Amino acid sequence: MPSLLAEYLPIVIFMAIAAGLAVAFIGGSWLAGRQRPDPEKLSPYECGFDTFSDARREFDVRFYLVALLFIIFDLEVAFLFPWAISLKEVGAFGFWSMIVFLGVLTVGFAYEWGKGALEWE
Amino acid sequence: MILSAIAFYAFAAVLIACAALVISLRNPVHSVLFLILGFFSAAGLFVLVGAEFLAMILVIVYVGAVAVLFLFVVMMMDINFVQMRQGFTDYLPVGALVGIVLLAELLLVVGVLVSAPDGALAAGPAVPTLGTENNTQAIGEVLYTRYLYLFQAAGMVLLVAMIGAIVLTHRARPGVRRQRIADQVGRTRASGVELKKVTPGGGIS
Repeated sequence: MPSLLAEYLPIVIFMAIAAGLAVAFIGGSWLAGRQRPDPEKLSPYECGFDTFSDARREFDVRFYLVALLFIIFDLEVAFLFPWAISLKEVGAFGFWSMIVFLGVLTVGFAYEWGKGALEWE
Repeated sequence: MILSAIAFYAFAAVLIACAALVISLRNPVHSVLFLILGFFSAAGLFVLVGAEFLAMILVIVYVGAVAVLFLFVVMMMDINFVQMRQGFTDYLPVGALVGIVLLAELLLVVGVLVSAPDGALAAGPAVPTLGTENNTQAIGEVLYTRYLYLFQAAGMVLLVAMIGAIVLTHRARPGVRRQRIADQVGRTRASGVELKKVTPGGGIS
């Protein structure tokens, strides 16, 4: 499909320019700047202290809950796109099939609202 | 035609290299970043076969949400990755079994397609002919009517995932003062103010 690929040419050009700029900025500063590292410059800066602990700290599980719920509704919206485009072809049956699908997920939405999973304490 | 062949081999090579790096790199954060690059390459392959909608969904859902969640987990959880790698030989039999089963399934699919190309497609093409209409519309025309049960099953899977995530991770925290706007606005003078008679020299108890 050459015509299909031709449609993506602007994106390819855009990404090539973006990659070129990124390489130019980092490479330019690397070439133009003076590179004289010493242990003090490379050590982590924490107001004069040695670092206390690893940066990987245990994180509250609520953040993952929010992210998971986001993914689920993201997928729900992804199902809506082809439906919206082809609604004329699929007719009333396709329309109600999507309404049932949305209804099932609305049950889940009501459940999580009722449970208080959307609230930030 | 030669252009799309070059693009295919470039995307496929990057995808395979990324997959190898994901499982071989020491730093898990780098693994996840290569996983994201692998998703992008797979999206490029989808575009090459004309499945534009799937390519965009792959970028939006997998790169935008799933990979970021992986990165979240890898960066934020208190896991000692050096210790985790020590059990490699213990898990090797199970991992090898899963790999062999997957390989057998793939070989079966390819074998059927090679040995009987007509029989494999006897059930009819899974998608309408890609011609005048675009890919997203082609999906929409079959997904909501012909594949109704699979579509509704997908809804059920999402519902189960939603409820499962809440059941597993959500717990009510006692003693948290939260903002209840209705209660706060509905306060009356009687419930909010207490008047006390103060006797001179007595103080308030």
